[in-house]
Amino acid sequence: MKADVTAPPSAHQSSGAVGRIVERADGRVKLAGQAEFTGDISVPRMLHGAVLRSPVAHAEVLAVDVRAAEKLDGVIAVLTAGDLADIDPFYGHALRDRPIVAIDRVRFAGEPVAVVAAETQAAADLAVTLIEVQYGALPVAASLEAALAPEAPLVHEEPARPGSAHGLGPLPEREGNICYRYGFERGDLERAFDQAAVVVEGEYSFPAVYQYSMETHTTIADYRADEIILWSSCQHPFLVRQEIAALFARPLDQVRVIVPFLGGGFGSKSYTKMEPIAAAVSRKAGRPVRIRNSVDESMVTTRRHNMRCRMRTAAAADGTLLGRDVDLWLDTGAYADNGPRVTATAADAAPGPYRWRAVKVGADCVYTNTGPAGSYRAFGATHLQWIGESQVDEVARRLAIDRLDIRVRNLLRPGEEVRPGGKPLDADLVGDVQQAAAAIGWDRPRTARRGRGISVGLLAAGAHPVSTATVRMAADGGVTVLVGTTEAGQGARTVMAQIAAEVLRAPVDRVAVRSTDTRYTPYDRSTGASRSTTVAGMAVQRAAQAVLDALIETASIRLETPPGQLRIEEGAIRSGTRSVTHSELVRARFGFDGGELLGTGRVQPEAGTGSYAEGPVFWEVCVAGAEVEVDKQTGVVRVLQTASVADVGKAINPQLVARQDEGATLQGIGNALFEEMRYTADGILMNNTLLDYRIPSFEDMPTSMSCTIVENGDGPGPFGAKGCGEGVLAAIPAAIVNALADAGVPMNVLPLTPERVWRRIQELEQETERERT
Amino acid sequence: MSQGVSAIVNGVPFEGAVPANELLLDFLRDQLGLTSVKQSCEVEVCGTCTVLVDGAPVSSCCFLACDIDGRRVETLEGIAGTPFQRCAIDAFMRHAAVQCGFCSAGMILTVKALADRRVQPSPGEISQAMSGNLCRCTGYRSIRDAIIEILRQREGAPE
Repeated sequence: MKADVTAPPSAHQSSGAVGRIVERADGRVKLAGQAEFTGDISVPRMLHGAVLRSPVAHAEVLAVDVRAAEKLDGVIAVLTAGDLADIDPFYGHALRDRPIVAIDRVRFAGEPVAVVAAETQAAADLAVTLIEVQYGALPVAASLEAALAPEAPLVHEEPARPGSAHGLGPLPEREGNICYRYGFERGDLERAFDQAAVVVEGEYSFPAVYQYSMETHTTIADYRADEIILWSSCQHPFLVRQEIAALFARPLDQVRVIVPFLGGGFGSKSYTKMEPIAAAVSRKAGRPVRIRNSVDESMVTTRRHNMRCRMRTAAAADGTLLGRDVDLWLDTGAYADNGPRVTATAADAAPGPYRWRAVKVGADCVYTNTGPAGSYRAFGATHLQWIGESQVDEVARRLAIDRLDIRVRNLLRPGEEVRPGGKPLDADLVGDVQQAAAAIGWDRPRTARRGRGISVGLLAAGAHPVSTATVRMAADGGVTVLVGTTEAGQGARTVMAQIAAEVLRAPVDRVAVRSTDTRYTPYDRSTGASRSTTVAGMAVQRAAQAVLDALIETASIRLETPPGQLRIEEGAIRSGTRSVTHSELVRARFGFDGGELLGTGRVQPEAGTGSYAEGPVFWEVCVAGAEVEVDKQTGVVRVLQTASVADVGKAINPQLVARQDEGATLQGIGNALFEEMRYTADGILMNNTLLDYRIPSFEDMPTSMSCTIVENGDGPGPFGAKGCGEGVLAAIPAAIVNALADAGVPMNVLPLTPERVWRRIQELEQETERERT
Repeated sequence: MSQGVSAIVNGVPFEGAVPANELLLDFLRDQLGLTSVKQSCEVEVCGTCTVLVDGAPVSSCCFLACDIDGRRVETLEGIAGTPFQRCAIDAFMRHAAVQCGFCSAGMILTVKALADRRVQPSPGEISQAMSGNLCRCTGYRSIRDAIIEILRQREGAPE
């Protein structure tokens, strides 16, 4: 189906709760300005925190003098490394490499050195300026080149310690600044390249990018003797709980993480961010403390990895793809954060969704003296898809084959192996890319300044298939779903309500999904990797089924009818002419004007351990098309139209699916055309405000933006669903790069700024000139 | 140093002193508890802290609180229950033009200023008028469609 209008048609497509447009459960409260975000919460006796951050990228911390700050009116506590002597102050889910605040050494400009807690924000901000730190300069490795050079300064010298939640198996030893290494080799690569009629090769560069969730990282911590309570803008509350418990040597049940609404996440709020600092300063102050990052602080809290890549692709004369050889280096900054996982995902995305005789991929995750890099929507796939897909286009161009045809010829088919031992392909990629091509008018003639591109890829999605959920039905028939998925804007609460309502045949507006509080909400591994609808949704489906089973059991007795002969209706169960409502059934079960039905649902790996190698839960499809126009006088690239394909198995709510794709499209345009964090050679971030780091605005919208929803029922989630929302971000930059090459300007560096494009046009014109003379 | 301020905030008179360097954003959120006004970029780019001063949208992150002296300030709380608010919420809901909701208050107030001008801008003009309000979630199209609907419905409607 084509979601070409943003408002629903008046008639619903189905009578159930699933597969149709249902009004967002959290929409009206947000539009009235009443939705509560972490920064809107004030708890009794709460202090305000401010962080002193290093102005230099690499230095020994020789002395920290906080006396003047401590004397300032309103200052209650100043936290420095000296306050952490009684705990093991290192955290990090992949590598336990990061201290709560710098100990002896700072490794990036922006690294927290001290934290002030004061009665007012103004006092905290002023106190930070009174702290005196003596730094002893160390040589800086602020780029991949510098960090990989022989004799490069080492960002970390201590032995590596694995974190608790990386899921990557035994980690290799660190080599120099390379903190993680991943790769694979299949088939005889040399032979594949020897047989080739065409070999395309190139070097490519991808920039560091800021996720920019509009709500910056915000945390309130209340460190008490009996419990550590955190209100935090976090995507993975249960992993935050685990890391905080480990840091402060507390059992899991003594750490409580409450997650209000998130003002966007996109990966920037995954894993642990500002929570350890907030908890540590609250511990010292003996009072709750709120820390709210400014944009420049969030930019050095996490970002997307910049990358360099070398790739070659071999093909036979008939367009059969033979071999691909890839080396890539990801800059994870001063601390690993999610770098190892991003590295593995990038390497897995490198071959693209094609049938190869041989592939070889080597991927290094590299420490540098820059802000740590972690997750950002469609990581790995966004890094690689534009490179691999531009080489497929170049093969087609050299062999004079249509760029859609070469894909159809080589794409994997459903059931084929994507990576050895992993889940076989569970999507119709040929159909998907044909839809994207048709949507942008593939066969229509175009003018000289314009070009069209398509791209197709796969993203290993679902992360770990571990989720639990509880469904409660009260005596009035109302339903509450307890599920640990974070509502970050994607519409998870609405979708979870739809799933429970569909199973129970309850009216959707009688199903409430509330925010996560780890004290009461059952465990969910994380909100990311497009996993919520598929994995957490299945836990909700099973929990709702358990409640329905209890209703049926009671109805069978009450109506003296075998369960198999009962009819499930909306809000009631019927036998012949007699019908009992959910409310009557709950009360009948307890013989009392009260009581409550409880159902639990659980998802765990069906076979094996659920490790990364055995996955993924499903393959997220990354398919899009684009048409661009380039102004050859100025180098300005304008996106005229985009077409995305959401291959979701089953759209629980088509309007929310379309919104995911449209949002990812605009982020893709930003990633492709202008978003880039720029550092000095000394490792200082130069464009650290939204004045000079530009985010796509209304005016960057393509003239036409279409989203096609494909529902083949081939997902592992509820009702055949699988996740969406990330793939398009990987697919759009690739489609734009291919469209620009089609307009005559092949590029190997992102973003496609006017200056870069203009310089490339000059280069190409000079080459043409030379060939002529 | 404090400065005396006499202003109307959401229809309610405010008389009092504010620190001379206090930003309107902090005054509205911290002193008056108007938390629909959100803080993000702090450099007048993202529009999430937009409020109306004498009916015109301003970024409260770059506006001194004392400068509201003698003026009328409106936040989203101030238009609760008005025909415009109902119309705006219904249109945003119909188009699912709200996701995380962090930009919504600023968006709606900017749209109100546009609607109060009783004009029918083209989609391109709408994009231009709204370019000071960022949204990282929706991709803008649904918001633009909701705005077109709001402006159409509000044309000729009573205040």
